[in-house]
Amino acid sequence: MFVSSANAASTTETVAQTDTHGTPEPAVPGATPDAHAAETHTETGVPHQQGVFPPFDSSHFASQILWLAVTFAAFYLFLSRVVLPRIGGIIETRRDRIATDLDQAARMKQDSDDAFAAYEQELADAKKKAGGIAQTARDEAKAKADAEQADISAALEKKLSDAEASIAAIKDKAMKEVGTIAEDTASEIVKKILGGSIDKASISAAVKAVRG
Amino acid sequence: MSNDPIHQFHITKWIPIDLGGIDLSFTNSSAFMVATVGVASAFLYLTSSNRGLIPTRLQSISEMAYEFVASTLRESAGSAGMKFFPFVFSLFMFVLVANMLGMFPYFFTVTSQIIVTFALALLVIGTVLAYGFAKHGFKFLGVFIPSGVPAPLLLLVVPIEIISFLSRPISLSVRLFANMLAGHITLKVFAGFVASLSALGALGIGGAVLPLAMTVALTGLEFLVAFLQAYVFTVLTCMYLNDAVHPGGH
Repeated sequence: MFVSSANAASTTETVAQTDTHGTPEPAVPGATPDAHAAETHTETGVPHQQGVFPPFDSSHFASQILWLAVTFAAFYLFLSRVVLPRIGGIIETRRDRIATDLDQAARMKQDSDDAFAAYEQELADAKKKAGGIAQTARDEAKAKADAEQADISAALEKKLSDAEASIAAIKDKAMKEVGTIAEDTASEIVKKILGGSIDKASISAAVKAVRG
Repeated sequence: MSNDPIHQFHITKWIPIDLGGIDLSFTNSSAFMVATVGVASAFLYLTSSNRGLIPTRLQSISEMAYEFVASTLRESAGSAGMKFFPFVFSLFMFVLVANMLGMFPYFFTVTSQIIVTFALALLVIGTVLAYGFAKHGFKFLGVFIPSGVPAPLLLLVVPIEIISFLSRPISLSVRLFANMLAGHITLKVFAGFVASLSALGALGIGGAVLPLAMTVALTGLEFLVAFLQAYVFTVLTCMYLNDAVHPGGH
């Protein structure tokens, strides 16, 4: 159906075209391909098939199939042997490279995380250690200060008691001397008043009695 | 240049080769197949030659094409289907570059020839059949028996599945062929309007603005179609290959 209508269309075209191509040969629709092939060689300039819609002209089918087979086979072989492995290789290499890079990035991130954790740990340890050192230093200083304070207060205590003791001794001595002075004074007074001497023993007994 | 919108699909012989009565000439179509393969190979080869870890712009285009096709195939046919990756990638690049080369003015569009797209579609279906039977034997016929369908319905469903399987090479090839053909004809017709209208004088030149704008818009659309059809061809190929890898898996 389509072929015959196309033939008809082509025929009218051909009739209209005859003056352009200079061959006033009326085209015969449905003529055998061999006749057309013979016609083609007789034409000068632009040889082309008359009467048959060109895409349906079976006289060229064999040649088209042959050259399609040759060119497509060559194309297929070239692509499958050379080009496709190469492009596939490029894409594969890139994919591998990206995967490796991502792995490496993940590993590096892990490393940095580890390093950060270790740093945090060390920092915490150092803080703890510093706290310990400060505590010990504080304790030591306090203990030392306490000890010194105790020493000093003990020394002061001793000095105080020594001082008290010496004061007591001096007082005793003074008191004792007060007796002799009183006896001397009394004997002097008695001597002055009474004009004679009196024995020492009675004077001191009297002084003692006065002092109680 | 003629205004004939069909002219661009004519095949001209560059080097006539006749082998036992069969015409195997090197034609403009053959030349553009060689150009397609050459351009695609050179681009992929040269842009990947640095093997840069950080890709250049052109290298990343090649890599994008690679990963695009690889993910399409993996999504459709699973990792077991990846053994067909070079085949699917070659198909995608061939169709894409052929379509794109066809967008250059005066260039021949290889994929606008039904025999080329049909040969490619047959190659796909042939691969599916050959691999399916080689790998699964007669279990491959399970492709025609959808799972979870009650037995009486199978009488109806299996013939439908068989017909749909047989129509695959036709739909696969005609879709690509018809899209390229129709797009190029439309483009040529509108461009032809521009030329014929502007030949009519001042008023015609004013009127030619509309088809010119249409031509510009269609050119953009055709670039989209050129890519989209290459993609559709690839996606369908992947889905058909899935049947070969996992028969009865749908």
